[in-house]
Amino acid sequence: MATVTVPRRRHRGPLDWVRDGGLSTLVFALPLIVIFGVFSWSPIVRAVVMSFQKTNLVVTSWVGLENFRDVFADPLLLEAVRNTGWFALLALLFGYPVPLVAAVLMGEVRRWKGLYSALAYLPVVVPPVVAVLLWKFFYDPRPEGVFNAMLGWVGLGPFPWLQSMTWAMPSLVLEATWAAAGGTVIIYLAALTSVPTELYDAAEVDGASLWRKVWHVTLPQLRGVLLITLILQVIGTAQVFIEPYLFTGGGPANATLTILLLIYRKAFGQSLGADYGQATALSLLLAVVLAVFSLAYFRLTRAWSTS
Amino acid sequence: MSPRPTRLSAALSGAVALSLLGACSGTATDDTSGSTGGDSADQKITLSVVSLIPGSEQAAFDAFDERVTQFQDAYPDITVTPVEYEWKATTFAAQLAGGTLPDVFEIPLTDAKTLIENGQLADIDGQFQALPYADEFNTSLLEAGKGGDGKVYAVPAKSIYGVALHYNRDLFTQAGLDPDKPPTTWQEVRADAKTIKDATGTAGYAEMAANNTGGWQLTAATYARGGRVQKANTDGTYTATLDNPGTREALDFLHALRWEDDSLLADSTLDWGTVNQAFAAGQLGMYTSGSDVYTALVQTNGMGADMYGLTGIPLEGSDSGVLVGGTLAAVNVKADDAVKDAAMKWIDFYYLSKLLDQTQATADAEVLADSGQPVGTPVLPIFSREQYETSLGWIKDYVNVPLDQMSGYTGVMFDQAVVGEPSRATQETYAAMDTLVQAVLSDENADIDSLVASANSQVQGLLDAS
Repeated sequence: MATVTVPRRRHRGPLDWVRDGGLSTLVFALPLIVIFGVFSWSPIVRAVVMSFQKTNLVVTSWVGLENFRDVFADPLLLEAVRNTGWFALLALLFGYPVPLVAAVLMGEVRRWKGLYSALAYLPVVVPPVVAVLLWKFFYDPRPEGVFNAMLGWVGLGPFPWLQSMTWAMPSLVLEATWAAAGGTVIIYLAALTSVPTELYDAAEVDGASLWRKVWHVTLPQLRGVLLITLILQVIGTAQVFIEPYLFTGGGPANATLTILLLIYRKAFGQSLGADYGQATALSLLLAVVLAVFSLAYFRLTRAWSTS
Repeated sequence: MSPRPTRLSAALSGAVALSLLGACSGTATDDTSGSTGGDSADQKITLSVVSLIPGSEQAAFDAFDERVTQFQDAYPDITVTPVEYEWKATTFAAQLAGGTLPDVFEIPLTDAKTLIENGQLADIDGQFQALPYADEFNTSLLEAGKGGDGKVYAVPAKSIYGVALHYNRDLFTQAGLDPDKPPTTWQEVRADAKTIKDATGTAGYAEMAANNTGGWQLTAATYARGGRVQKANTDGTYTATLDNPGTREALDFLHALRWEDDSLLADSTLDWGTVNQAFAAGQLGMYTSGSDVYTALVQTNGMGADMYGLTGIPLEGSDSGVLVGGTLAAVNVKADDAVKDAAMKWIDFYYLSKLLDQTQATADAEVLADSGQPVGTPVLPIFSREQYETSLGWIKDYVNVPLDQMSGYTGVMFDQAVVGEPSRATQETYAAMDTLVQAVLSDENADIDSLVASANSQVQGLLDAS
């Protein structure tokens, strides 16, 4: 019986690691590691530490879990969670289908496709602060305000827009949808080019209408991208800040106070910097919730995705 | 892969990484707070001080620079670096921690106690007590800048104001009202606001509502109707008293203007800066704010003097009074003794000596008047009333503000009772009251009684926690 001798693996020392290019790999990676370390990871670690402290950045003391308890005891937390959920729901209802419909329609046109893409993407290029300030002007609640004047031509309004507790949040969602849709449209347009044209040809031969082609060919083929954009949208809307901060400051009467705005208020708003601990505690809680949500989402939707 | 480019790239990457590390460590050791420039006491000290609100007119900056030059001539061992500055609770702590706060800065009277308790202001008691006029300050004002240890951490400076009613004389005239007879009761304010709105289409009245200024002005409106928002108990605890007739009346007044008369500017995002902007742009007839706001309206918002009118806030009810506030000068907690000494010299020179010394008073007024900046805006005295009137006499030739358009206020400013701001959890209380103003401005069916009751229990929770 023949015996097979397995060659013994030679123990590799640090010198071998250097000789095989390990050092140059490390040196190449070093700038990235330093940049990530200094600008990404160290603030995260600092935030975790701060969530267990009472600090105004000058005087610091350890308080254990007190910040987390205070966050949960804050009556505004429930309001902020409710408002953020309301924003996310509205953004999902309006903001999610709009880019898809736009992309499908733009995918159908034969001419000027580039122009339509550019027009759809244009709002994304406008700096968010400029966009919000412009829209704030459009949302003038007086009858002579831009939107109210335009709606007045067809006998609608005037609407109070940002000045009403009911209208403020939908107004924010409208601008946010306008501002963000372009980016998603471009992603969908790119995904649409990967749908094999034979499928459409086959559907056409079978006499399928445009709607049936979209329902039976386009959407199933796009489901991987759709699932990703959905989770990105949920994570994005859960962290909405610019719109409520610049449009309303969370008002009127906290009607647009979102979780991130509450974090901002705790850190900077009204305590002269005495609540960084609570702010970081709430930030961590939000991060954990979103991470758990993302994991659960990917686990649940694994079967549906294309990969 | 050939070894040569690898080594070259590795060397380059290493250099980049090292330079990045160097840059980071450089940032970490940067210190913008004042430096003595060496151990020897006779070496130059660099002192950073606040100048004006960003966006102020160039002429105002020129006038400020002129004062800096005069100071440096008087104290050749101190170099002053002016820093544009506007007090914001939102950025103060980060500026302080990040080292970008000037050595000498201004804080509102409202926040002095909190900042002292937080350990965010330098102890300048030694420097303050060395001032020859240290015992001449209005004692209740000076108290605002003292800590629990009885030491001085902030000095009353710049201006002390009472909340007053500002009005647009042009709109009064256009609406057929007499701009020399501004309203003296809240009922008249409401009637005039409606007249202005009906006649000109412009909002007759506006109320700040955001960034805690809504709470600030609602407190002023409460005081003006005899109410108070906070009560100090003998055992050292505090009771929230938002749920009082004065606050409810003030909110009812706003509700009536907004929903019955449609004479209120429907904007629940207005704060100190934006309401000034709107007023200077002629978008509203009347609003309440500090009596010293004329200076900012001219310097920052380019308002023409002719349109401006100032009168006393109407006081109604047995215990009514005017809310007073103001600006204190404080020193960066990171400053060493040499910088603190220099800082007190600047505070003395720039803010205080002009109120006590004729030469300084005229020098300051001359510089301001020459560059077209307001001189003589009515404020409340930091020292005694007699001293204030004497100092006004020194500069009477330079006074260029339209005093005859401010007589409604100057005629009553010393007769009206004054009331300080709530002293505990002030900003948090104001934030909770912002919500009340915003609710009334944005909801026609706002239930004022239940809103006030709920805000009261919220503020009580804050007071108990603090």
